[in-house]
Amino acid sequence: MRLELQRRPQQSRAMLLWSPVIAVALTVVTAAVMLAVIGVDPARGLYVFFVEPLTSAWGLQELAVKASPLILIAVGLSICFIANVWNIGAEGQYVAGAILGGWVALAFHDTGAVWVLPAMLAAGVVGGALYGLIPAVLKVRFGANEILTSLMLVYVAQLGLDWLVRGPWRDPMGFNFPQSVTFLPAATVPLIAGRLHVGVILMLVVVVVAAVMMARSLKGFEIRVVGMAPRAGRFGGFKEGPLTLFVFAVSGGLAGLAGIIEVAGPIGQLLPSVSPGYGFIAIIVAFLGRLNPVGILVAGFVLAISTLGGEQAQILLQVPLDFTSVLQGVLLFYVLACDTLIVNRIRLVASGPRTATGSSEAVR
Amino acid sequence: MNLLEPAILTIITAATPLLLAAIGELVTERSGVLNLGVEGMMAMGAACAFAIAITTDSTALGIAGGVAAGTALAALFALMTLGFAANQVACGLALTILGLGLSGLIGADFVGARRDPMPKLEIPGLSDIPFIGPVLFGQDAFVYASVVLVAGVWWFLFHTRAGLTLRAVGDNHVSAHALGSKVLKVRLAAVLFGGACSGLAGAYLSLAYTPFWVKGMTAGRGWIALAIVVFSSWLPWRLMVGAYLFGSVSILQLYAQGAGIGLPSQLMSSLPYLATILVLVAIAGTRARARAPACLGVPFVPDR
Amino acid sequence: MRAFLKGAIAALGLAALVAAAPAEAQEKLKVGFVYVGPVGDFGWTYQHELGRRAMQEALGDKVESTYVENVPEGPDAERVIEGLVRSGHKLIFTTSFGFMEATVKVAQRNPEVKFEHATGYKRLPNLATYAGRFYQGRYISGQIAAKMSKTGVVGYIGSFPIPEVVSGINAFMLGTQSIRPDMKVKIVWVNSWFDPGKEGDAAKALLDQGADIIAQHTDSPAAMQVAAERGALAFGQDSDMIKFGPNTQLTSIINDWSGYYIDRVNAALNGTWESTDVWGGLDSGILKMAPYTNMPDDVKAMAEATQKSIHDGTYKVFTGPITKQDGTLAAQAGEVLPDPAILGMNWYIQGVDEKAPN
Repeated sequence: MRLELQRRPQQSRAMLLWSPVIAVALTVVTAAVMLAVIGVDPARGLYVFFVEPLTSAWGLQELAVKASPLILIAVGLSICFIANVWNIGAEGQYVAGAILGGWVALAFHDTGAVWVLPAMLAAGVVGGALYGLIPAVLKVRFGANEILTSLMLVYVAQLGLDWLVRGPWRDPMGFNFPQSVTFLPAATVPLIAGRLHVGVILMLVVVVVAAVMMARSLKGFEIRVVGMAPRAGRFGGFKEGPLTLFVFAVSGGLAGLAGIIEVAGPIGQLLPSVSPGYGFIAIIVAFLGRLNPVGILVAGFVLAISTLGGEQAQILLQVPLDFTSVLQGVLLFYVLACDTLIVNRIRLVASGPRTATGSSEAVR
Repeated sequence: MNLLEPAILTIITAATPLLLAAIGELVTERSGVLNLGVEGMMAMGAACAFAIAITTDSTALGIAGGVAAGTALAALFALMTLGFAANQVACGLALTILGLGLSGLIGADFVGARRDPMPKLEIPGLSDIPFIGPVLFGQDAFVYASVVLVAGVWWFLFHTRAGLTLRAVGDNHVSAHALGSKVLKVRLAAVLFGGACSGLAGAYLSLAYTPFWVKGMTAGRGWIALAIVVFSSWLPWRLMVGAYLFGSVSILQLYAQGAGIGLPSQLMSSLPYLATILVLVAIAGTRARARAPACLGVPFVPDR
Repeated sequence: MRAFLKGAIAALGLAALVAAAPAEAQEKLKVGFVYVGPVGDFGWTYQHELGRRAMQEALGDKVESTYVENVPEGPDAERVIEGLVRSGHKLIFTTSFGFMEATVKVAQRNPEVKFEHATGYKRLPNLATYAGRFYQGRYISGQIAAKMSKTGVVGYIGSFPIPEVVSGINAFMLGTQSIRPDMKVKIVWVNSWFDPGKEGDAAKALLDQGADIIAQHTDSPAAMQVAAERGALAFGQDSDMIKFGPNTQLTSIINDWSGYYIDRVNAALNGTWESTDVWGGLDSGILKMAPYTNMPDDVKAMAEATQKSIHDGTYKVFTGPITKQDGTLAAQAGEVLPDPAILGMNWYIQGVDEKAPN
């Protein structure tokens, strides 16, 4: 007897809803066992990990702030991935957006003008988009694989920011520590409550626009067709080259927007490092959200909860951070494994005779 | 002052972990599976190899432990992506998070412990030849292993029936399946081999390269290894060129700094990445341009 | 599912308990630490963690301490610090320069909580700062290097060109020049705090280029091991690295935070805590020198004499005349550089073979 996957004739609507529930239930059980093993009361541990971040207004605000850049980047990446374009370098595009937008801030924030912040956001989008276009152009023009080029450009962008902040853009009053001046209010994203900033609303707008574009517009259709069947796309008059440039520019632009919002919002200045790996974590968020903007919204919050819960667990339970990483990995695995049930079903198959060659074909 | 020979020796040791991890991933990807979890498998390999070597006081057991740890994580990845046909990119990234976390839990008790570096395996007579001797015949076992692995993989992929099957599975799993190949079994073997190589690369880091353990000592080498596979156009010998090219630029910029070249160190540190992009672009237009296995990243579920 | 329900029910009950908990927590002072790296880095963060453990050991049941590791500098730090405040921590140490703005913001919002920020310069009535004058140890290392080097070339591995590292290089140089004015120091930056492999490779590059002693401002013992393998000499960093180079280590610059943490937590317990600015060197015990090894007795005696004079305060490392690379005087003969000038140092003294980090 063995278990085998079998493709369903069509997606299971029930599983679409049930699979995340099953995954979360499995994670909770696993987490309880793991907590018990390291000697923490499972009930208390689960509460701290998964519930506590949701119990206060402060926790909810912080969740939104943490999830926002992840979701922004992931929405852009999902468009790339649907088009079968592999942008792994969102982290670099995020940094590029922070650099160009930050340059606008440093140059004009003391004018106090109302246009400074919009100009910064625009510059962030442009910076990210331009940086994203580098691997796109290299792919379209020279056939260079975008996975490699976009990834390598991440390190280049990070070192570039490092150089700027330690050199030309260093705060003259900051004892030569590597940081720019703190942005004045004209160059700061307004706050709504606590640390909740307007960038979160921008993020929600982006999610809605992306959802509509992908579901309703011709461009969304084009992206899907070219991604799934490039040849069919060609017959339909869609060109792969321009589309590659388009999706890279969009995802780079959104990553750049996330970068400048972080810099103009919660950070408030340029630092040698402006991202704890958002561009990479967003890749997981994109797939966890099934490359669907609304799914990504949920997935971004799930990852943010596990991060905040992990911090609470360190503070309240003295659970090491590595434990949280393991739990995050397990959660992701469960979600991904359960998602497979949407398009496949698991069947118990009696092991047939397997001696003759091609017997498996006979069974099938 | 003759710098060439010592510089080459340093380059070889710096390139070896990249080469070890990349050659495994090359086989995995040739079978049509994209495992982005190299960094996590390397981290686990490093932690387990060091922990076991310290506990048992045996380097050989340490290496075996590192290989086993990498293989175990790869098995988990295989269960997910082959068993459940889950998304490979996401599973690979999840594997990285899991591997880094587990390595931290395992390594925590071994912070500050030390072991002697691996001995150099000198071949009597040959090692004494000036220049060529130390470079070719004065390395540790890992370096020889990396070269043997590259040659072995090349021979396997292009000169054996099994290798042909593996490539067929990676290029068109539907046809390969129709022709009677056991797609999932071939892929399982390729994924496990990739994990073993990543584990070996991790063991090299914590037992030979810098023989101690600290959290995060892989320092992004798993990602570089992945990039080198792409760079190689999935060809073993070009993979070796890629690993040594990357190693060369990263080491030579250190030598250039030592010579007081006067450029910003950030620019120097970014040279390996820029050089890799440039070379890739330069060769991309020429013959034998990069062509990924056609089924790379596509899950296989037999229709029935 | 049942386990989940059970958990949820228990959790609800627990929420009530948590609400009632502060009454019990009154007895113990809750002390929180925010670390920038993993405690397993065997470097900067590891030394702070050893300090925390020593403090917990010494003060036992009067204190409940906890830490959060690998906290990214920036917005995440602010959330973590706020989280510590909200869970009842009354004294919070943030141990990286990059936590400065976050610590200031949370401290302003929570005047009843005491904060201590390492290596920063912004203070508030409830926010103290502390740091170590590790450059003192580098001056001694420089003197030892000048005595011990045969080639007259020292290799120096730097992490990032921040003032702390730059002032360390200058102090090292002043030390060498006090013994041997023609000493050369070659500098290689690895642009990372956490890449042992690269640190080892940098050591190889320096040794190949004629250096016979390695000094480092990076965290791992990789450079020490490389020097040991090559039969060269080296200085350790953060902790005593003698076991990684029994015949190699000359001395090591040890960050020992335990005394400081015990004092400060005690002060908070006794109600004598004040917002102070402690920049402690050899005299404070924050900087300790590992035993002077692998050197002749006269060099050892010299090192100990220098250590004593710095410890007593009879000698200050940055005493003029100090000449910058461009030939201008940074300090007249006999003049001592003031602390802010050392804290923000971004120029090299004459003799350093490297462009200043601007």
